[in-house]
Amino acid sequence: MRRHLLSTRLWHWVNAVAIVVLFMSGLNISNAHRYLYWGNYGFDPADAWARVARFPAWATIPQRYDLAEARDWHNLAVWPFAVGLLLIWIAMLANGHFRRDLATGRRDWTSRAFVASLRAHAGGEPAAGGYNPVQKILYGLVFGVLLPAMVLTGLAISPGIEPAVPWLVEGLGGRQSARSLHFIAAWGIFGFFVIHVVMALAGWRLIGEMITGGRKTEDAEHG
Amino acid sequence: MADIGRRGLLAGIAALGVGACSKMADSDTARSIFNAAEDWHRAAHRTLAGRQNLAPEYAPEDRSPSFRGNGSLTVDSDFYRQQLGQGFPDWRLMVGGLVERPLALSLTDIRALPQRTQITRHDCVEGWSAIGEWTGPQLGTLLDAAKVREQANFIVLRCADTLYGREYYESIDMVDAYHPQTIIAHALNGEPLPEKNGAPLRARIERQLGYKHAKFLTGIEAVASLDDIGAGKGGFWEDFAGYQWYAGI
Repeated sequence: MRRHLLSTRLWHWVNAVAIVVLFMSGLNISNAHRYLYWGNYGFDPADAWARVARFPAWATIPQRYDLAEARDWHNLAVWPFAVGLLLIWIAMLANGHFRRDLATGRRDWTSRAFVASLRAHAGGEPAAGGYNPVQKILYGLVFGVLLPAMVLTGLAISPGIEPAVPWLVEGLGGRQSARSLHFIAAWGIFGFFVIHVVMALAGWRLIGEMITGGRKTEDAEHG
Repeated sequence: MADIGRRGLLAGIAALGVGACSKMADSDTARSIFNAAEDWHRAAHRTLAGRQNLAPEYAPEDRSPSFRGNGSLTVDSDFYRQQLGQGFPDWRLMVGGLVERPLALSLTDIRALPQRTQITRHDCVEGWSAIGEWTGPQLGTLLDAAKVREQANFIVLRCADTLYGREYYESIDMVDAYHPQTIIAHALNGEPLPEKNGAPLRARIERQLGYKHAKFLTGIEAVASLDDIGAGKGGFWEDFAGYQWYAGI
């Protein structure tokens, strides 16, 4: 029994590439108008709730300010990202990955579970026996909230899709609110990405397993 | 040591990826992939939203306190200055190309046609939005009056303004040309169109981004292909800077 199913591994790496392209081209797009608003309209910096930093060229795709080409990359990478998210959700529900590893119970939301998660981690215990409560909650937040939020807010700011789903834009509080939420969720994913990569680097083995699939140890079967 | 190796490797992979992105984007293959992705978006939008579904319309109190002007804010010609001062008595909108009955319409002619008034949101490709009330005849009314031929696949919007030394123009397909909210607006918020917003006439293409909403309109031309118009990509920004022809994304 492999630790990671082929579907999980395929999605993980395709999604990783898509997210990097989306984030970096998104920073380029952000440079076009560096103000965020709430509501439906917003163009006057005086009405903005946030003034965003100008992202340097090295952090953007392409590596210079080019709104047209950044949108090309963004509009392309969103296909594997959005379709992939739909497929991995279907796969996770079908193969039990969601129920087994991500779904939380009442016990997972207690402070005791939280402390135990961190302590187990600090003690260097292998995480092989499934995910601890903190991991479940974090992954649940990413899969259930942040990633779908990127797709939904992205759709909401596309004027061509709005006639099909006007309730989506209104439900998010208007187009400029959707744009603000798109920005906030992107940084939420960036935060997860940093933690995720640092953790993976701390256990080099984990990266290899996400490629090969790894093997479940006997402890893991009992864990 | 091992740590540096890992980090160095990751940074190297990231740098390679980013550098590769810049190189790839210049190739014909990348261009055709980008174009394919744009076509999928358009096909998905048309499938989900249909040909006739409307962009949201708002109540008068939802309008933004002002309406930002962007891009060309005027037309740099003596004729334009003189006409602007007099209320555009000699301005003509030519309707031509693949039509059986070419027209030359004055502002009086345009105001005499059946009118549509709509309070809609304008979304700029840069990211900002403004809401205003637009009034004018539907483009479909003009095309029917001119008896557009069946061979016409696109409508080219000709403009008086220039940007970076080139004539501004835009184009849309027949689905958007006959969309109920596609109007030739002569009024914004009940007043004649202000100079910065494209006086005396601008197109409203409500399901696409702002650069499609051509200002300072002088002509409407039905064509079979966009290849021989401008540099062939269907619009000023498309030709000049590689912007997407389908701007509904």
